[in-house]
Order: sequence, then C-alpha cells, then structure tokens
Amino acid sequence: MLNINILKDGGKAVFALEGRLDTSTAPQLEDAVNKDIAELTDISFDFANLEYISSAGLRVLLSTQKTMNKQGKMVIKNVSEEVLEIFDVTGFSDILTIE
Amino acid sequence: MEKTFECEAKIENLGKANAFLEETLEEVGCGMKQSMQLSVALEEIFVNIAHYAYAEADSSGNIIPDTGSGRVRLTLVAEDGKVFMTFEDEGVPYNPLEKDDPDVTLSVNDREIGGLGIFMVKKSMDDMKYEHKDGKNILTLMKKL
Repeated sequence: MLNINILKDGGKAVFALEGRLDTSTAPQLEDAVNKDIAELTDISFDFANLEYISSAGLRVLLSTQKTMNKQGKMVIKNVSEEVLEIFDVTGFSDILTIE
Repeated sequence: MEKTFECEAKIENLGKANAFLEETLEEVGCGMKQSMQLSVALEEIFVNIAHYAYAEADSSGNIIPDTGSGRVRLTLVAEDGKVFMTFEDEGVPYNPLEKDDPDVTLSVNDREIGGLGIFMVKKSMDDMKYEHKDGKNILTLMKKL
C-alpha cells in the first residue's frame, strides 16, 4: 500500500510517500506526478515514511528525473538506510540528488 | 524450517506471496535490511515469472506479457543462518542469471528505464542457482542472515 501526500505551491511540489513503492503501487505515483509535471520546476520527494522500493519504483524516479533535467530540479529527502543501499547498488545515488 | 506457498503466476498475487515471505522471515528473526532485500528479490523474480513464464506469442512471434496462465511455487528454507528462497514454474525455459547487467555508470539521460530488477537481485543475494529440470525452471536464491 502507498499513500501519497502532495503539497503544491506554484511551480513547486512536494510528494511525501508513505508505505511501499512497488510493482502494484508505482503506477499510482506515476499518475500523480504526471498529472502536474508540465507546470512544475521544482519537485521534492519526501521518503521519511517510505518502507520499501523495488525496480518498479526506481523506474518512476528515473523517468521523472529525466523530465526534470529539462525543466527544473528534483530532490529526494529523508532516505532510509535500506532505500539508500538500493540507490547505491543501482547507481541511482549518482543520478539523483539526495539530501 | 521449510515452508511452501503456491499460486497462479499473476501480478495480483504478489501481495500474498510477499505476506508469506514476511511472515516466515519474522519467525526466523530476520533483520530489516535482509528482509527488505529478500522482499525486493521476491518481487523482481515473481513479477518476471508472472509477466513472461507463461506468456503467449502473437502470429509474428512477439511475446505478449501477462497472457497465458500457470502456477508458481515458492519454497522458503531457513537453516544454519541462511535463508533459501526457491521459485519453480513450468513456463518457458529462462535463466535470469544469463541476462546482461545494465551499465549503472551511465548518465541520467543515457540510462534506460528498466532492466534493473534482476541486477538488484544479483547484487543483494549471497548466491543464486538456476536449473531446468523435469520441464521446470528452478531458481534458488540464498541470503545469509
């Protein structure tokens, strides 16, 4: 299960995730991001309550990063040790901005 | 300890398979990090089987994911501080260990979306073994606790 809390302010949006970002829930995040992305220049993902991520979740982050590289910036905050290890193994630590 | 879970190889059964894994790991007393790695491994392999093991081809031979149907069996064995997770299906022979690793050093614009699942499994497990026997794909992953 995944809960997505979205805080929008002009061209800026924070997506706070709670639960699991997996094969079943990644499409939810993709839909939520794509709904607004055209008008956004600053996206943050808050992973404080994200328990789990699989390759399906990484795919959504990568495609969002590709879009934001053209039109603004994207950062990921409050990444847990377990999720960070997955970013390290897959080389995502080098292509994402993790704060 | 040995436990088995069997179901139709469908994406919608991933939650049940994962609940079976988490329950068993809790009994074994598995740490959070190993538990997440095993859970990721389960998802990546299960999803692959669900998409492709029983997939049918169209008239020009292209495989159509999520078509066809068949079973997948998951067996968990915990002994000597190790967890063995075995997947068995009767689908098309496929050895995921032969798949080329993605280049994880490419820049964001050159990175392809996808291809990471099996790679994550290879990186996080301590051993992997594949055999095709009696018409079955048998893939066993081992993780030290």
